[in-house]
Amino acid sequence: MENNDIIKLENRVYKRPSLLNEAHMHYCPGCSHGVVHKLVAEVIEELGLQERAIGVSPVGCAVFAYNYIDIDWLEAAHGRATAMATAAKRLMPDKLVFTYQGDGDFAAIGTCESIHSCNRGESIAIIFINNAIYGMTGGQMAPTTLLGQKTATCPYGRRADLNGYPLSITPLLAQLDGTRYVTRQSVHTPANVRKTKAAIKKAFLNSMEGKGTSVVEVVSTCNTGWKLTPEKANKWMEENMFAKYPLGDLKDVDAKNE
Amino acid sequence: MKAEIIIAGFGGQGVLSMGKTLAYSGLMEDKEVTWLPSYGPEQRGGTANVTVILSDERISSPTLDAYDMAVVLNQQSLDKFESKVKPGGALIYDSYGIHQPPTRTDIKVYRIDATEATIEMNNSKTFNMIVLGAILKVNPMVTIESVLKGLKKTLPERHWHLLPLNEEALKKGMTLIK
Amino acid sequence: MNDKVLLMKGNEALAMAAIRYGADGYFGYPITPQSEVLEKLEEEMPWETTGMVVLQAESEVAAINMVYAGASCGKAVFTSTSSPGFSLMQEGMSYMCASEVPALVINVMRGGPGLGTIHPSQADYFQACKGGGHGDYHPIVLAPASVQEMADFVALGWDLAFKYRAVSLILADGLVGQMMEKVILPEQRPRRTEEEIRKQCPWAVMGRKDMRPKNIITSLELDDDKMEANNHRFQATYREIEKNEVRFELVDTDDCDYLIVAFGSMARIAMKTMEMAREEGIKVGLVRPITLWPFPVKPIAEIGQRVKGILVPELAAGQLIEDVKLAVECKVPVAHFDRLGGNVPSPDEILNALKKELINA
Repeated sequence: MENNDIIKLENRVYKRPSLLNEAHMHYCPGCSHGVVHKLVAEVIEELGLQERAIGVSPVGCAVFAYNYIDIDWLEAAHGRATAMATAAKRLMPDKLVFTYQGDGDFAAIGTCESIHSCNRGESIAIIFINNAIYGMTGGQMAPTTLLGQKTATCPYGRRADLNGYPLSITPLLAQLDGTRYVTRQSVHTPANVRKTKAAIKKAFLNSMEGKGTSVVEVVSTCNTGWKLTPEKANKWMEENMFAKYPLGDLKDVDAKNE
Repeated sequence: MKAEIIIAGFGGQGVLSMGKTLAYSGLMEDKEVTWLPSYGPEQRGGTANVTVILSDERISSPTLDAYDMAVVLNQQSLDKFESKVKPGGALIYDSYGIHQPPTRTDIKVYRIDATEATIEMNNSKTFNMIVLGAILKVNPMVTIESVLKGLKKTLPERHWHLLPLNEEALKKGMTLIK
Repeated sequence: MNDKVLLMKGNEALAMAAIRYGADGYFGYPITPQSEVLEKLEEEMPWETTGMVVLQAESEVAAINMVYAGASCGKAVFTSTSSPGFSLMQEGMSYMCASEVPALVINVMRGGPGLGTIHPSQADYFQACKGGGHGDYHPIVLAPASVQEMADFVALGWDLAFKYRAVSLILADGLVGQMMEKVILPEQRPRRTEEEIRKQCPWAVMGRKDMRPKNIITSLELDDDKMEANNHRFQATYREIEKNEVRFELVDTDDCDYLIVAFGSMARIAMKTMEMAREEGIKVGLVRPITLWPFPVKPIAEIGQRVKGILVPELAAGQLIEDVKLAVECKVPVAHFDRLGGNVPSPDEILNALKKELINA
């Protein structure tokens, strides 16, 4: 194959999803958000839901998700994304409604809404980015910050006696009758990216089929907040985050039925 | 025509629903009506009262400081509302549970034994209608027909067989006013 | 007897009027003295008839954000609460006003501050009219004084909300909510179809049908110049509302020597005071603001010029009186009377206040 053949359209093996626009992302180099955004855009496109997708963006680093993925969006107050998604889905059951939230939004200020939306079994998909830190506001402690992990508000490392324990929320949600599918994934290797994409697809299909709540936790890095290079951040995540937040399906009602 | 009435007693005694029946009767006669409860946090017990106003004209204030008639069913209510009856107005009280009877002489005072009458009728649920009968005997602000018509409108059809009993209780109440 | 005349509590009439309006959804949390709204809706099961969504949320915070979402989707959605719950909703009020979405909120006020009492109050006047949350914003505030108005202001509130992309707030109190009166409910209207909503609200978040440009409802704008322009746009809408939507009722103001300015249940009680005063030969008139914001400055200023004094009775320790004083620019004696904490005055208390504070002062 000549060099010129490689760039021919019919030989293309990878492309920017049509719903992911060319706006310059504000995410730090090495951040996981861009990858998850791409997966969301891809899955919506592959499911042909461009005209029916409604995203709810959070307060946190992903606040501007609406600038990058070309679907209709609601921008929630801090923590209230699942409440907004609840109403949007109930009022328009034929739409794909999903939230995209970080750990502070979903598991600290929004815990009440998060638990109750899952418990009611709202047919929404929740994409929950857990990077164990508040990225947007400058690296403060998150509910999911690990013991010993240093942040701007636990500069000597998180201590259980001072700061409480890290919150692993998805196992808690898996116990609720309203959740259909609860999984924990990552996007730090191509294999993991593929698994996360499959998880998002399943979650979106569950929403469209009115099957109850799906939660896709993506254990992620924040190399800027963690003060590590992207590569070292991935390694740190594997060594530390996965111990507290092990990957895999926590609940899949449909798998049991199969 | 205008009647400004307060009915007061224990919560759960049927004070609010008695007022409601009266208000519906007024509605049946196309009168202007207000029904204002003193609502409390408790579903049962405590004191409850309701202000009912029936009028041929638009009603201004639904809450009042003087009444044409006070209907009191316990001592606390008597103590609270005896002084609020307009001179020349009427006060009806159920003798049961009232140990210090009213003393005013510038109003008409009617003592009724409604609780006892329910025992005679062998049905404690007739209490409301017996008291309402007494009220209408003292001040025929609405007809018995309107009361029954109102009841029929508010009661689910499965309870319509109780209408004759209600009518009987109303008439029984009327006989209590001497 | 007219079969259409019903006897209902204010809260129930409001719930029924919302179904009849063709409401798309209600999201609320029980709190006395307005729980009859949700109770009535659940009893009526409108999801079986009109397709309306009714949901008991986990909190007032969740409820107002559900309303925020529904309104952002162009739907006719509403919530109802009472004072402590309304405090929790202030964040949502600010966001909805900043996002210019049309919503309906009902606050059936009770005595505060704090948990306070469960009985009538008007002490949320400032919070309602001056923007109880952060930032420069106003909801349109409607003050019903009867069960009929509890029903009528549902349609009025929504119509205004959709006309201006604003939030309408029905500011009632425990007395109007709990009282039963005669009411005629509006005819049942069908809920709007998705197509109708898309046409009426082209900004609504409903999915990119036919791949139209995407719609985003957000209150965030980090560019200061753009955010200033947003604020100017909000203020221009508010000036437009002030110009077009002031509503009030005048009673016996033609020949009055004294004026009462009161709203909601206090206006009802004051009307009895006026009857009593006229019997004594004291001519008292009433301006009853129906919209608390926009405030009826003009009639109060005009009538204020020709009276000896104005009495402002309120179930608050001096809130409405500030707007009355501003309206007459303090050129007339303006006296205050209140009962607080859930207590409601009798008509003669107001009459005594009028005599003490103005006539014999």
